[in-house]
Amino acid sequence: MQSEYDVEAIRRDFPIFGRPLEHGGRLVYLDSGASAQKPRVVIDAERDCYESWYANAYRGVYQFGARVSEELERTRKAVQELIGAAEPEEVVFTSGTTMSINLVAQAWGRKFLHAGHEILVTEMEHHANLVPWQRLAHETGATLRFIPLTSDWRLDLDRLDDVLTDRTRIVAIAEMSNVLGTIHPVKELARRAHEVGAVISVDAAQTVPHHVVDVVRSEIDFLAFSGHKLYGPSGVGVLYGRRELLEGMDPFLCGGHMIERVYRDHATWADIPAKFEAGTLPIVQAIALRSAIEYVRGIGFSRIAAHERRLLEHTHRRLAEIPGLVIYGPAVEHKGSIVSFTVEKVAAEDLAVLLDLKGVFVRHGHHCTMPLHDLLGVPATVRASFGLYNTLEDVDALVEGIHYARRKLRLE
Amino acid sequence: MSQLQSLTIDELVDEFDFLGDWESKCEYLIDLGFDLPEMPAEAKIEENRVHGCQSNVWLTADVREGDPPVIEIAADSDAMIVRGLIVVLLALYSGRTPREILQTDVGAVFERLGLDRHLSTARKNGLMSMVQRVRRLAEDAL
Repeated sequence: MQSEYDVEAIRRDFPIFGRPLEHGGRLVYLDSGASAQKPRVVIDAERDCYESWYANAYRGVYQFGARVSEELERTRKAVQELIGAAEPEEVVFTSGTTMSINLVAQAWGRKFLHAGHEILVTEMEHHANLVPWQRLAHETGATLRFIPLTSDWRLDLDRLDDVLTDRTRIVAIAEMSNVLGTIHPVKELARRAHEVGAVISVDAAQTVPHHVVDVVRSEIDFLAFSGHKLYGPSGVGVLYGRRELLEGMDPFLCGGHMIERVYRDHATWADIPAKFEAGTLPIVQAIALRSAIEYVRGIGFSRIAAHERRLLEHTHRRLAEIPGLVIYGPAVEHKGSIVSFTVEKVAAEDLAVLLDLKGVFVRHGHHCTMPLHDLLGVPATVRASFGLYNTLEDVDALVEGIHYARRKLRLE
Repeated sequence: MSQLQSLTIDELVDEFDFLGDWESKCEYLIDLGFDLPEMPAEAKIEENRVHGCQSNVWLTADVREGDPPVIEIAADSDAMIVRGLIVVLLALYSGRTPREILQTDVGAVFERLGLDRHLSTARKNGLMSMVQRVRRLAEDAL
């Protein structure tokens, strides 16, 4: 089964891996958690639209306008199938995960939250799934609460009842931590949230590229993700919302396609999803997102997951040989393909710069999770995150790069 | 410290010219960083922290009375490459009069060193935070 995964053939689908770096050498791209590289089919889909039939969407009756609208609806359908939504109207195009979450916080939260209500999050959230809720709490008088964590950086579900109560109105959580890689049991969280009458909003930016997400089976109320982490274009993302919830919400942004009728002093709203799609959409990006979805589904999530699991296991095994290296997060079986670490006496910034000299692209810093780094007790970590095109040799290059950095820093 | 204090910007520019590529420059910055004396722990306090840096950076500046008075700078970081950049800043600023400091175009110097295009935006922001702090102290001392 594993031998069927021809990673070299997959790499040939990505033009960027066919080009040498500026000073020669092979690209070792270990930052797919920030943004993934694009397969040729996605690049071609964007170009084809611009070159052959570009126009604005949902406006012109002329041939190109109709084609663009039709293509956008095909992507909407592809997203519906990707995430297991009941109907395409529950799929809203946004600019990305951040906008999707802000949309829920503002359009749902400001309408339904009041003083005395509680918003339940975790301390490992990306700022994009924390700051909108902080702001909402300030605006509405609601209170932000945090799910307790275990010592190995998982949710302590035994203590969930302490914070998930009949005052909780929404549980907002990333399915996978963008630093620790921890994968949370969202299906169970959804069930528990619903038991107390709360809804659940899932930031799936890190999970959608790696494994099957099913909003109906998992009973997820809101789900946000970005196209660019799913090997698709930047600038486009998705908010899934259950029909009943979306219909009950007010618009987030106003203007353009989101109205039904505008009078001198007021307006009425279009049906979903148009109600949430004000202004001109990222048309070409949304259309090319379908190519990304088809590409990833064509390879198959089970095969991608198996490949990335092998990369992850190899990474944990090899990094263990480096003196003073600490990996933050749970054991491999509880996490996705992200490895964040520090090396004793090596500043994260030095390590990232020195790795770059060897063509190994990683991210360093707080990864938009300052409260989590406060908990970890370190100002910054270095993060290697994997995609479907990474190889075991990439991991070995990372390890060699860390040894090089340690030598330059006179540690070996 | 004495060896570092004797480094002038012109000497650094020559050295960076000679080194050529970024990898060599980067390794040289690290070597410079190793030569920078460590700041005493009691100086590494929040008040002396320079914000806007990706790594921890501390900076102090004192006016040494004289005619004219000059500004003495000490700085430190937990990142060795940043310590190397601090050495460059010290060569530019330390022991200079407030007027000299305010007349220095740090951007032009980093361009001459060929460092500008290799420093990330975040790193440049961090560097500029250090520069701003030194310039503010120089303005106060005028």
